[in-house]
Amino acid sequence: MAEPVRIFVPCDAAALSVGADDIAAAIADEAARRGVDVTIVRNGSRGMLWLEPLVEVETPEGRIAYGPVEAGDVASLFDAGFLEGGAHDLAHGPTEDIPYFARQERLTFARCGVIDPLDLNEYEAHGGLAGLRKALEINPPDIVEAVTASGLRGRGGAGFPTGVKWKTAAEQDADQKYICCNADEGDSGTFADRMLMEGDPFSLIEGMVIAGLAVGASEGYIYLRSEYPHAAATLRKAIALWEEAGLSGRCDDGSPRFTLHFRMGAGAYICGEESSMLESLEGKRGQVRAKPPIPAIAGLFGKPTIVNNVLTLAAVPDILSRGADHYKNYGMGRSRGTQAFQLGGDVARGGLVEKAFGVTLRELVEDFGGGTHSGTPVRAVQAGGPLGAYIPVSGFDVEMDYEALAAQGAMLGHGGVVVFNDSVDMAQQARFAMAFCEIESCGKCTPCRIGAVRGKETIDKIMAGDNRAENLAILEDLCDLMTDGSLCAMGGLTPMPVQSAVKHFPEDFSG
Amino acid sequence: MAILIDNTDEAAVRDICARHGDRPDALLEILHSVQGDVGYLPSGVLRIVADALNISRAEIHGVATFYHDFRHDPPADHAIGLCRAEACQAVGSEDLAAHAEKRLDAKTGARAADGKIDLEAVYCLGNCALGPAAMVDGRLYGRMTPEKFDRLVADLEGEA
Repeated sequence: MAEPVRIFVPCDAAALSVGADDIAAAIADEAARRGVDVTIVRNGSRGMLWLEPLVEVETPEGRIAYGPVEAGDVASLFDAGFLEGGAHDLAHGPTEDIPYFARQERLTFARCGVIDPLDLNEYEAHGGLAGLRKALEINPPDIVEAVTASGLRGRGGAGFPTGVKWKTAAEQDADQKYICCNADEGDSGTFADRMLMEGDPFSLIEGMVIAGLAVGASEGYIYLRSEYPHAAATLRKAIALWEEAGLSGRCDDGSPRFTLHFRMGAGAYICGEESSMLESLEGKRGQVRAKPPIPAIAGLFGKPTIVNNVLTLAAVPDILSRGADHYKNYGMGRSRGTQAFQLGGDVARGGLVEKAFGVTLRELVEDFGGGTHSGTPVRAVQAGGPLGAYIPVSGFDVEMDYEALAAQGAMLGHGGVVVFNDSVDMAQQARFAMAFCEIESCGKCTPCRIGAVRGKETIDKIMAGDNRAENLAILEDLCDLMTDGSLCAMGGLTPMPVQSAVKHFPEDFSG
Repeated sequence: MAILIDNTDEAAVRDICARHGDRPDALLEILHSVQGDVGYLPSGVLRIVADALNISRAEIHGVATFYHDFRHDPPADHAIGLCRAEACQAVGSEDLAAHAEKRLDAKTGARAADGKIDLEAVYCLGNCALGPAAMVDGRLYGRMTPEKFDRLVADLEGEA
């Protein structure tokens, strides 16, 4: 008897948000009704979120994509012979030939959407564990050297060279060191960490274990935001499966040589700032710490600590297994490798685009994104999250790399690109940036705590036409002060969206 | 008025603390756990946790009030969180929020007139390509519209 046909229905939160569970159930019911034997695999998302729920059928010609599927479409899919890849209005041909997907360079997300996220055998069959094996063959300093040579920089937003951070921690003489994964992905417009944790959680765990080997840390923490319950469930299971399989090695007493703890945040945006996150991991208010000392010297519980973003750590296994040069050969200038760009907001084809650095913003918004979902003209994007700049269409030829964006007064951040149509009121967006800072400031330093409130009030006055020129000057002055005087990036970068909005869209501030 | 002694099940709270080794660094986990059981953090809980972890009530109060997730009053039967961050703003979350406030006759951050639904603002649910996003009793929704919202509310009101 023939093997049952494998049908893939994502369990990614974005797919679930548009009914993926209902589709999986409907397919199972319809198959049972027709007496057809099928296996439904719950994979991660391929990242083509406008096609979700994206159902794939495994055929001898590869996996064929259908989407977005609604429950009412299921019977007609069976009628159209989708189990053999049959034609249908929702069919897109082989998934990996869809231009949006085919034009990407998937390194970190190579397995995301391909495998069952919690199947260690599939993980290994698709290249998983090869990086860890390599790391175990070489000396810890050589692991650090490989990461340094790859040019990998922190994907959380700051872009600090990962190898340098690891080298610093490795050089510390301490009885305990920690690897902390910052999974507090709070930036609006970003969801790559979530997708990876839901779609390929073992790659993150493997990266953390390799980091532990590299710097001599025997304990790790994943700090996940509470807004991601699906990622939390997947991660908890993944950690248990990993430890059950003994993949972190075992001490004489049977305990894992690398102990991984899972911690949940509690709805504080500031805890994505690394020192706030460390405070929170210690059970305290998430208030920013003054630097120095840097965490690599004195971090969690005062011990040398690596704090890296999810995507930074998840990039490491591939760097080890395929070599630093392979990774480094992607990218431009000092931005090496790939970046997971995330297209959100009013965009026709929203989703995840993993591309080498150097792709232009225009390619992302127009070629990949296809303009707005609403069909109205694009007016601006906000790149890099709530602390990132608003960029007008005239600035879309910028190459997406850390330095090129900085030269334009913008930043890459965590790779989020939020598209706004021509109905957006940029004064309102500037006001929101200050209002958000007011809500989320940890309160430790005055420029952020008070500046955000005064900034919001000043923008209110400008919007009301009250001494406009004078208040715009005050706003500019206040922004400079927040930039220069804040303790961390929250207060220090809140001026970026505000000042970019004023600079590029002055007409929205002139009444 | 704050009360120090309420009907908190002291043994249950102490058990949660013990399961976390009575460690101060596990405070957030402990508070999440208590809130998961009780629905909120009664003031009596903070006193018990302080005693179990051997840290001051002031410190626990500081933590419990710093994080937006922790509640200090009993929740309604249902919670609707509407994402109000930039990516959802770009697809009309503010209009949706205005509709929701009107439908529930409650401001964001308050309880619906019938007392059964809390309406909350959230800042990013990680569903930025399929906004406006909403979280209803822990379930994530994308491409929320006023019509879908009204249907969801009607369902919740029917259940409650």
